[in-house]
Amino acid sequence: MVETSDIRVVRCGGSKVNLTPPIISSDSRFVLCTSGDLVKVYSTRTEEWLHSLQGHTNQVTGITLNPANHLQVYSCSVDGTVKLWDFIDGILIKVQLVEVHETVEIFLSSGLCVSACPECFQLVSVHLPKSAEQEVEAKEMSAVSSHISKNPSCTAFGRGGEYIAFARHLQLNVYFFRKQKTYSFSLKATDKKGAKNAFTCIACHPTDDCIATGHEDGKIRLWRNFIHKKEYTYSTQHWHHNAVNTLCFTPEGTHLLSGGIESVLVQWQYGADNRKEFLPRLGGSILHISASSDGQLFCTSHSDNKITVIESSFKVCGVIQGLVKDAVLTDLMIDPRSKALVLNGKPGHLQFYSLLRDKHLYNLDIVQQEYIYEAGLDQFEVVKAAFDIKGSWLATVEERGKKSSDLEFFLKLWAFDERTQSFVLNTTITAAHTDRIISMCFSSSEETTMLVTAAEDSQFKAWCQGADADTQQDQNFWSCDFVGSYHKLNPTNCSFSADSSLLAVSFQEVITIWSPDTWEMLTTLCQPPGVIRDLCFGRLSCSKYLLGTTTKNLLCCWNLLTCELEWSTSVDVSKLQPDPFSENVAAFSYQSKHTDLFVFKPSEPRPLFTNKNVCSEKVHRAVFVPREEPLNSCDESTQWLNRSQLYFLTQNMDLLTFSTATEEDRMLSSSKQLVIDDSVAVTPFYLLLGKHRQQQQKLNTQSHPVSDKPQQTQGSVTIKELLHTPAHVLPAASVLCSMFVNSFLISNTGVQQDPLSWLT
Amino acid sequence: MGEFKVHRVRFFDYMPSGIRALAFNQDTERMAVARMDGSVEVFHCSDRFFQEKIIPGREQCGIEGLSWVGERLFSAGLNGGITEYDLTNQKVKYTIDAYGGPIWTITGNQQGTHLAVGCEDGTVKLFEVNEDQIQFERNLDRQKSRIISLSWHPSGSKIAAGMMDMIQVFNVETGHSIHRMLADRGAGTSRSKECVVWSVVYLSDGTIITGDSVGMVKLWDDQTGTLIKSHNVTKCDVLALSVSQNEDSLVAGTSEGIVVQFQFVSMVLEKDDKEWVRTRTFRNHTHDIRAVAEITTAVVSGGMDAQLVVRPLLDKIEVRSAASALRKIHFPHRRLVSCARKSGLMLFQYPGHLELWRLGESEGKGTPGSSLFVKRNPEKLLQLKVKGEDHIRCSAVSPCGGWIVYSTASTLRLYRLHCDNNNISITKISKLPKVLSSANQLCFSSDSSHLFSASAQSSVHIASLSQSGCKFVGTLKPKSGSHQAIHLLAASEDGKWLASANSDHEVHIYNLQTQKAHCTVPVYSSAVTAMGIHPATNCLFMMHADQQMFEYSIEQKQYTDWSRTVQRKGLHRFWVERDTPCLNVMFNPQNPSHVILHDMYMLCIIDQSLPLPDDKTQFYNQLTLKSLTEEQRKSQSHAFKVCKTFKDRPLHLYVCGLSEEVCFIKRLQIVPC
Repeated sequence: MVETSDIRVVRCGGSKVNLTPPIISSDSRFVLCTSGDLVKVYSTRTEEWLHSLQGHTNQVTGITLNPANHLQVYSCSVDGTVKLWDFIDGILIKVQLVEVHETVEIFLSSGLCVSACPECFQLVSVHLPKSAEQEVEAKEMSAVSSHISKNPSCTAFGRGGEYIAFARHLQLNVYFFRKQKTYSFSLKATDKKGAKNAFTCIACHPTDDCIATGHEDGKIRLWRNFIHKKEYTYSTQHWHHNAVNTLCFTPEGTHLLSGGIESVLVQWQYGADNRKEFLPRLGGSILHISASSDGQLFCTSHSDNKITVIESSFKVCGVIQGLVKDAVLTDLMIDPRSKALVLNGKPGHLQFYSLLRDKHLYNLDIVQQEYIYEAGLDQFEVVKAAFDIKGSWLATVEERGKKSSDLEFFLKLWAFDERTQSFVLNTTITAAHTDRIISMCFSSSEETTMLVTAAEDSQFKAWCQGADADTQQDQNFWSCDFVGSYHKLNPTNCSFSADSSLLAVSFQEVITIWSPDTWEMLTTLCQPPGVIRDLCFGRLSCSKYLLGTTTKNLLCCWNLLTCELEWSTSVDVSKLQPDPFSENVAAFSYQSKHTDLFVFKPSEPRPLFTNKNVCSEKVHRAVFVPREEPLNSCDESTQWLNRSQLYFLTQNMDLLTFSTATEEDRMLSSSKQLVIDDSVAVTPFYLLLGKHRQQQQKLNTQSHPVSDKPQQTQGSVTIKELLHTPAHVLPAASVLCSMFVNSFLISNTGVQQDPLSWLT
Repeated sequence: MGEFKVHRVRFFDYMPSGIRALAFNQDTERMAVARMDGSVEVFHCSDRFFQEKIIPGREQCGIEGLSWVGERLFSAGLNGGITEYDLTNQKVKYTIDAYGGPIWTITGNQQGTHLAVGCEDGTVKLFEVNEDQIQFERNLDRQKSRIISLSWHPSGSKIAAGMMDMIQVFNVETGHSIHRMLADRGAGTSRSKECVVWSVVYLSDGTIITGDSVGMVKLWDDQTGTLIKSHNVTKCDVLALSVSQNEDSLVAGTSEGIVVQFQFVSMVLEKDDKEWVRTRTFRNHTHDIRAVAEITTAVVSGGMDAQLVVRPLLDKIEVRSAASALRKIHFPHRRLVSCARKSGLMLFQYPGHLELWRLGESEGKGTPGSSLFVKRNPEKLLQLKVKGEDHIRCSAVSPCGGWIVYSTASTLRLYRLHCDNNNISITKISKLPKVLSSANQLCFSSDSSHLFSASAQSSVHIASLSQSGCKFVGTLKPKSGSHQAIHLLAASEDGKWLASANSDHEVHIYNLQTQKAHCTVPVYSSAVTAMGIHPATNCLFMMHADQQMFEYSIEQKQYTDWSRTVQRKGLHRFWVERDTPCLNVMFNPQNPSHVILHDMYMLCIIDQSLPLPDDKTQFYNQLTLKSLTEEQRKSQSHAFKVCKTFKDRPLHLYVCGLSEEVCFIKRLQIVPC
């Protein structure tokens, strides 16, 4: 078997940014949020992704600013480490190995870290050792309580870390660290008026001893005097009609912010409880709220994978949109022009998402109808989409009607308009078929574009662009060219060969091969039992092969020259994905509750690469994303990742990908470089220059996140020159300044125009 | 349970009047309540809020304020007079005019030396409280607008007064104003309206708390005369404020019917910098709350919806029990209905008039549970308006239906009723004996030949009734004990015994033949709420406010064996936890072992021949018993048979025993105007 150790599954790009509360740096310039295995740093002003803190090997589950140094951030991950970063430069400062199995959430206060491990959900206080080494093991741990909720919002530090408040179900507990004593308070599950009192979130006032708790029925309670068993007291406020998802006090404690499914940010004045302000229509339901330390900015993260930056005057000033993965019905696709990932986004839209820059590009409104946010309504949704090979045509199918009796669907064809740089509706076909469209593909030849749709009415249709005879206009509309069927069987899939000379349409167990030029059925292939599920032609040197998977766990490979079965193997393939840039085909198989990946060439039945247990859920959607610059790995097992990267979507809507060791080394080396730079002795002059350099660096990273290295060296030459000159022979500061500024100027030659820049 | 013919009486539409003021006396644990009709009631807070004393009101006597000075109770009203009450005899002691126009508020200082009243003409008048009367001392500086609310500083040296648009602080020594603090008017259209400072509270640390018509509770500093903090409690008026004894909790009643609690809580735990923080909200009222009082363990509130709500503060209660449950008192703990058992007449007592009704008649006997055909509808025979301004204190109709008697604070009137079929005539008995000038409680003997009238000094006057008139026979006086007014009288069926209960919980039994005191029942700690003498055994059956029951054999002068058994075994938890007192004790003439009791929500028949339930047995077992066979039923049944619903409707009732009929008197829903 091939070694798999240097390829691992990572969450990199398109991950959830709404998993944990975002944090705003103390100067309000940066927003930090967790995103898969990374911590991402965004600018609050431009909403741009600046850089990411890379180093965790599993999902990052919590971040918090270092209370001792506001330029540092702690992060914790499921991999069991707590890391300390300099988030402005993106440098890893310290790693703490925590001896619990998986840290799930981190809360920090005055050098004390509290984390929870998932099996038993314990609240553990971990003493972070003070040591100069970069990697230390935290051994000093004490369990606080096992009575905590799985929801991290239900735990919060109180006034300067004196105590921690945590709740589970109907019980609120307050643990005082100094006294090592827990006070608990219980509520009744319901009362006569039908209140649902379960706790959903907690926030503690920064200066007063007041705990705010949110409840399932939308009530907010403010608890006081909680060191008394009986004389504790609380006041109740009610505005939310559904569960309060999150609560947050402003740093001065003058206001309390709350949010829930209503997607309205509510600001309560602390002490004058019936004075409140609202910021409605923020999008998805609010999951987290955080405030900057000067109280000037608030951040809300939403269920539609979005972070909204809000000024304290209750004005939205920025939106950081992640990849929306609420209800993915289409396949994962790559827009050939922008190389962006395309899938369902907002309801009725297709979203274009750049995985390279991990940035949401734009939404394309397909349905062009107002979406009504109400449960139980049957509304149009985009269910299928396909690009042609050049990216100049986009075909979409939108559908309404869960039951086939009242099924309603449209086939739409969109042309790419060079002038507006977007897709424009060209043709709408109202009754393309009499029943639901199962599969759809464009021919892959460059000259003629042809669309084939296969539907449950046991027909497949070929659509061609032809001049409309009646209108005599230049614009060409799409019309039906050919209708094909085979023994009244329902088609299951269709696929064009790489040179578009052949079309394969599978009808239940039978694969029919057609010539698109003459519309003649060339041959039929059959390998019973089992209905054909997936169908794909080989590429490049393997284009004579046709691959098919059946529902009876068979993967077959036919040689089209001989029309014979080349090889077949018994494997339950849930998704077959050919790489458009190589011969490789990736197959995901689901067996005994985990998914395995096989990468193989159709010409040989031996896999190039296998990865057992990629994830625990079934994989139905995957895509090869072309790399911007190919890797030059010679290792056989990683070669298949040289030209493109494989992304796949699990049933939990996690977008995962594979990363190779070389790739990671490259990333790490760039950050190591910075660490060495940092080890220069700290002198006042260094501080002055260091500041300049940071600004410069930020400039670079903002505009060109990828190609920042050449300028780095150029800048450092000047700095070195300055550093090595003795202070007493240095020229006047004004002279120095212009030289310094000049060193920042970027020569035109080194920079390529970003191909995607028109999108931003 | 026995079979009864049930009359559903739905024509007694008594409407309790709204509560205007509350005053709590910490030492005696008594709560005084003033109602809109001018009546004053005294509730005993530690005896399950039993309504011990009722002083009926007068026409045109709106009480605006109540104040205790020691154990003396004063009230002041819009008629401009200050009234002191004689609580022993439950009547007005005297009224003096303050000569300042309508009085809006009255309050006594903690030292018990002075009363301050706020008048319409803008003066705060100080009255010295003397041994027997109060005496005007002086005016404080006169202000331009009326004084709505007053509060003494606990030291007695300063007074804060709430007025229109402002609050004034007076030095009591000099009588001059120290500070003048302006209350903000509301925003928008209400800016043109004056801000009325409805209530003010002066704390010992110098904080003045006000509640005003803008809906704000404001905290002021009396050193600087500045606003410290304001809480917007409601959109409408904050009408009443009350602070707890140790000044760590404050309640505010609003015209939305909400009581809001504020607590003096340290913002940082275990530190002393405390702040007033709004905490709990109580929604028990449907209409404006005119008065609140925070007592040690509960918040008491009353308002236009006429109910007195006692909301316990669970953090102040050591043990949760029936005595500390939420309590709503709607109706007086007195019987307002008396009935002539032999002739089927009912007398309803309203504050200003009496109504006499004849019950309907039906044909034949029906099966249990069926409704009978009504042969004759109930009929209103008489409406008797009271002469004078005083309201009725007590009334009675004789068992034969031939006599009606009522008493106000000043007069007692006796009428002879002639009733031949449809002709009703009434004649007033003109020459009454002088001793029968006023009565606290009235009662006829069972053969209607004598009238018993409880009067001052716990004495009972006996008058014999005949065709010719009324003749004084004698006075029954207790051998010893207190002189508190009698609130219950019970005469025995054979005319031999009379029992009286007074508000000091004493029960005296008199022999009517010798007209001497026979004996005194041992004094129990809780007030007697109802009593009756058994017709066959001549045992006195007494119900107390804490739901305990005693049976006392008059002839043997000792508790009966059954009563001792009850006391030894204890009563069922559910019985003790009921929150309204029993108002009537009756006996079933067909079955001497049946005692019929009722309170506001239920009717209970106690079968003394059956075993008593203990805490493990099912208390409300009527439905279970129905499903069992005859034999099983015997083993399952216990002495208490409780009926809470009639024809699937909750009972809301006074029950009167007729010969073999029971009247459920259903009341109309209380809707204040």
